[in-house]
Amino acid sequence: MAEKEEVKLLGIWASPFSRRIEMALKLKGIAYDYVEESLDNKSPLLLALNPIHKKVPVLVHNGKAILESHVVLEYIDETWKHNPILPQDPYDRSKARFFAKLVDEQIFNAGFVSMTKAEQQGREDLAEQTRELITYLEKELVGKDFLGGKSVGFLDLVAGSMIPFCLERGWEGMGLQVITDDKFPEYKRWVKNLEKVESVTDCIPPKEKHIEHMNFMVGRFRSS
Amino acid sequence: MSSDEVKLIGAWASPFVMRPRIALNLKSVPYEFLQETFGSKSELLLKSNPVHKKIPVLLHADKPVSESNIIVEYIDETWSSSGSSILPSHPYDRAMARFWAAYIDEKWFVSLRNILKAEGEEEKKAVLAQVEEGNALLEKAFNDCSNGKPFFNGDHIGYLDIAFGCFLGWLRVTELAAGHQLLDEAKTPSLSKWAERFCDDPAVKPVMPETTKLAEFAKKIFAKPRA
Repeated sequence: MAEKEEVKLLGIWASPFSRRIEMALKLKGIAYDYVEESLDNKSPLLLALNPIHKKVPVLVHNGKAILESHVVLEYIDETWKHNPILPQDPYDRSKARFFAKLVDEQIFNAGFVSMTKAEQQGREDLAEQTRELITYLEKELVGKDFLGGKSVGFLDLVAGSMIPFCLERGWEGMGLQVITDDKFPEYKRWVKNLEKVESVTDCIPPKEKHIEHMNFMVGRFRSS
Repeated sequence: MSSDEVKLIGAWASPFVMRPRIALNLKSVPYEFLQETFGSKSELLLKSNPVHKKIPVLLHADKPVSESNIIVEYIDETWSSSGSSILPSHPYDRAMARFWAAYIDEKWFVSLRNILKAEGEEEKKAVLAQVEEGNALLEKAFNDCSNGKPFFNGDHIGYLDIAFGCFLGWLRVTELAAGHQLLDEAKTPSLSKWAERFCDDPAVKPVMPETTKLAEFAKKIFAKPRA
């Protein structure tokens, strides 16, 4: 008889890093307990499980903690092998990992900083940098429904949770036009496809509340 | 096909380039090493890694793979039936290896590099302390991961050994320049012994640069311009 699996996720409702884990768990039909953490008041559990970084997401599986969202996604894929999220072919896997890193490092940094610059020119410059980076994803989407091909995959979860369902909300709050229809037709088509996938849409932060939250975070950053 | 031509664009002094070289050696995969000239970037590099324009880049049947740890995973998956497995087999152990490799690149190596860049004793002391804190964490990680075996990966060198071990040359150069031992028998007994075993491994020895040669190179690249 199979052991009852204990799966727990520590996350934050507005964090793209923990939202993408929820999407993966949902895609695989894995039941889990969710623990909502707070940025300003981290629980003793979080601090005990992730003492080095003190960040979400933390996945706890049968008493063991797995940290760092990409590491968690790969762990989930390797542990629950049905509905795979990483491609099978090693070259495609390397590309998915490469672009996932680009999203969470360069795109995230440029995107967030584009909101926090005090001067409009500064915001525009960073927005342009972000556009250049997102163009790489635009090219990857040609002829595909999703970055993962025919179905949602690892890179869709990473880029989806970060760009349309996080950064775009921040840009909307700032009145910044970053991803335009004319320059990013593939991206726009991809977002429409994502919006038809229940495992994705069930796990995105509510829009208005999220925009408000992003505005608050930007304000806090600027005044620090 | 895994028998297609393999090339690696890199440079002898780069710890990141060392990673795929060790991995290719572990899998006994012959490859052509295309050495970049310090200070300039070849057409091939710019074409193969247009996003970051950085080494290492692996070219397998002309298909480029970039980012050192991603290349190592690619090598492990492509030549999976050759040599020992570079990533551990159990998902939790794989997650631990990937977690620590990310920590090493994002936190540990950044601190190490900052030692050589530090201006003044105060700053140097502060950064040295950061690296030592990191080393203490890695000492514990080694004991946890190795489980009494010689390497992070167990009996054979693996992903995390490579991710950390590639920095040993630069670590020694930094110790000499700063006049301070970072990895030694007193502070990090397990890591100290592991470091010797790692550097002695036949997959590592041919690609680990000599400390003196690296120190000379460091002097050149960190040389302060004359006033």
